[in-house]
Amino acid sequence: MNSNFAMMNNYLTYKSKPGILSWLLSTDHKRIGLLYLVSMVVFFWVAVTLGFLMKLEMLTPGKTIVDAQTYNTLFTLHGMIMIFLFIIPGIPAVFGNFFLPIQIGAHDVAFPRLNLLSWYLYIIGGLFAIVSLFLQGGPIDTGWTFYVPYSIRTTTNVILPLLGAFILGFSSILTGINFITTVHRLRAPGMTFFRMPLFVWALYATAWIQVVATPVVGITIVMVIVERVFHVGIFDPALGGDPILFQHLFWIYSHPAVYIMILPAMGVVSEIIPTFARRTIFGYKVIAFSSLSIALIGYFVWAHHMFTSGMSDTSRMVFSLLTFLVAVPSGVKVFNWVATLYKGSIELRAPLIYVMMFIFLFSIGGLTGLVLGSLSTDIHVTDTYFVVAHFHYVMFGGTAIILFAGLHYWFPKMFGKMYNEKVAIWATPLIFIGFNMLYFTMFILGYLGMPRRYWSYLPEYQTLHIISTVGSWILVAGLVLMFGNLIHALLKGKPAETNPWGGVTLEWTVPSPPPVENFEKIPVVENGPYDFSTINGETNGKN
Amino acid sequence: MEQGQKPHLITYGTYVLVWLSLISLTLLTVTISGVDYGRIALFIALVIAFVKSVLVVSYFMHIKFDEAIFKFFILVALVTLASIFILTSTDIFFR
Ligand code: HEM
Ligand SMILES: [Cu+2]
Repeated sequence: MNSNFAMMNNYLTYKSKPGILSWLLSTDHKRIGLLYLVSMVVFFWVAVTLGFLMKLEMLTPGKTIVDAQTYNTLFTLHGMIMIFLFIIPGIPAVFGNFFLPIQIGAHDVAFPRLNLLSWYLYIIGGLFAIVSLFLQGGPIDTGWTFYVPYSIRTTTNVILPLLGAFILGFSSILTGINFITTVHRLRAPGMTFFRMPLFVWALYATAWIQVVATPVVGITIVMVIVERVFHVGIFDPALGGDPILFQHLFWIYSHPAVYIMILPAMGVVSEIIPTFARRTIFGYKVIAFSSLSIALIGYFVWAHHMFTSGMSDTSRMVFSLLTFLVAVPSGVKVFNWVATLYKGSIELRAPLIYVMMFIFLFSIGGLTGLVLGSLSTDIHVTDTYFVVAHFHYVMFGGTAIILFAGLHYWFPKMFGKMYNEKVAIWATPLIFIGFNMLYFTMFILGYLGMPRRYWSYLPEYQTLHIISTVGSWILVAGLVLMFGNLIHALLKGKPAETNPWGGVTLEWTVPSPPPVENFEKIPVVENGPYDFSTINGETNGKN
Repeated sequence: MEQGQKPHLITYGTYVLVWLSLISLTLLTVTISGVDYGRIALFIALVIAFVKSVLVVSYFMHIKFDEAIFKFFILVALVTLASIFILTSTDIFFR
C-alpha cells in the first residue's frame, strides 16, 4: 500500500461531525465495531463484578455477604448481562463489524445506517434492563432463562428486562441481515465463496441463525408479557397453559443462540492458527461446511435442556440422538486445527497462546456436553453445578477466551499500536489457573449433588467452594492484568506495522489503523485466503 | 430495480386485486369461525392464512419477480419452521 494513501486520515482521526458526534452518528463499520467494543467491555466488567460477589457469598454456608433474595437477583443479572449483552453480540458485533468488510475487500457493510441502528437498539435494550433495577418491585429474580410459571407470578420487575431482551433481539437480527447481504453482494472481484476467510464463513453461518432463530424468542417474550398483564392462559398451568411449551420456545432460540456464541469464535481460531503456523489451514472446505452444518443441526437439539421437564419419552430419545450428532462437526473443526499446527512452523505469540487455552478448555466443555446429552447421566447432574461448569467451559473458556485472542490478534490493526507482549503472555497462566480452580471444582461439586442457583449449602461442600472462590480471585487478577496491558498500549503503545504477524488475509494489506474507506482501490483477489507461498521464506512481516 | 435484471412493473390493478383478495380471505376466516368444524377448524384457518401470506410475499414483497436466491432463502426459513414443528410434535403427541 503506498505511503501517500496511508498518510490520509485513518478511521480513528477522521472527523465528519463535531466532537463525540462523529462517533455516535458514524456509519463507518469500524467505528461502530469500536462502539460495540467499548460498551461490551463495560457490561462485561459489571457482570464480572456480580459473579465475583456471588462466589464471595458461596465462601461459607449460610449468609456470607448477601441474603437469599439478593443472591437470586445477582445470578439473574449476571446471566442476563453476560448472555444477552456480552457473549451473543460479542464477536460478530465487534470483530465482525470491523473485519468482515475488510476481509472480503469491501468499503463497508451493505447497510451502514442499519448497522448504526443495531448499536442503538443494543444500548436501548441494555438501558431497559438497567432501569428496571431501580423501579419498585426490585430487580428481576427469575434466572436468565425466565422459566414460567415463576416468571409470570414473581412480583419483581420482569416486564422491563424482558422488553430489553426483545429489543436486543432486533439488534441481533439487523446485524445478521446486514452480514448476509454484505457477503452476498459486496465481495471484491475474484473473492469467490471458497476464497473467503473462514472467519467470514463463520459469520455468515451465524448470521443465518441470528435471522432465523431470534424471532422465536421475541414472540415468546411477548407471550410471557401478555400472560403477565392480561392473564391469558398460555404457559401458566393455573390458567390452563402449558409450561413445557415455554421451555420449548425458549430453547428453540436459546440453543441455536449458543451457536451464535461459539461459531464466530471458531472462525477467529481458523484465522489465528494459520497465521502463527505459517501454513495453509488443513481442510478449508470441511471447516467451512462444518460451520454451516453446525448452524443447521444446532436448530434440532434444543430439547436436551428439557430432559427432566416432563416431556415425552419419545422426544427425549430423539433429542438425545440429535445432540450427539452436533458434536461431530465440532470435533471435525478441532481435529482440523490441530492438523494445521502439525508440521507447521509454529510461532508462539500471545494470540496463539490464547487459542491453545481455548482448544483445551473448549474440549472439556464440549465433552462434558456429551455427558449432559445422554439421558441417563443427565438425570443425575442436571440443575447442578455440573451444568454451570459445562457452560462456563464452553462460553467463557470458548467464546470469551477467543474474544481475548481476537483482541490480541487484531489490536495492532484496530488501533495502530502494539501492546507489551510479555505482559499479555503473563496474564495467561493466571487466567488459566484461576479459571480451572473456579470451574473445574464445579464439575465435582455438581457430581456430588450441589444444586445450582442456591445461596447456601451443606457443610461437606465447603472445601471445594473455597477452592472455587479463591480461583475467582486469581482469574479476576489475570483479567485485570490483561485488560490493563491493552489499555496501557492504547495510551502508550509503540506504533504497529501494517502486518506485524505476517498474516495473509486482506486486513493485513491495509495500513494500521485502516483508512476511512479501507481500500484505496478495491483489490482483485487471485488466490485462496491462506496462501503463505509468497510470504514464507521472506523476512516480510516479522518483528 | 437493479441493472442487468429486466424491470418488471406490477400494475396498480394487480395490487388492488391482491388487496381485495386479502380482504375477502379475511372475511372468509371470520365468517367460517362461526361454523363448528371440530378438529379441522384450526387447520382450515391456517390454510387460509397460508394463502394470504403467499399473496403478500409474492406480490407486495416482489418475490415472484426476484432472483431465485431469494426464493431459496425463504425456503430455508420455511423448512426450518417445519422441522421445528415436527420435532415439537414428538413431545406434544407422545406425552
Ligand atoms: C458438543 C457440544 C455440546 C453439547 C453436546 C451440549 C450439551 C448440553 C446439554 C445436554 C445441556 C443441558 C444440561 C442440563 O440442563 O441438564 C447443556 C447446557 C448448556 N450448554 Fe451446552 N452443549 C454443547 C456445547 C455448548 C456450547 C458451544 C455452548 C455455548 C457456547 C453451550 C452452552 C450451554 C449453556 C449456556 C447451558 C445451560 C443453560 C442453562 O440451563 O442455564 N453448550 N449443554
Ligand atoms: Cu443446548
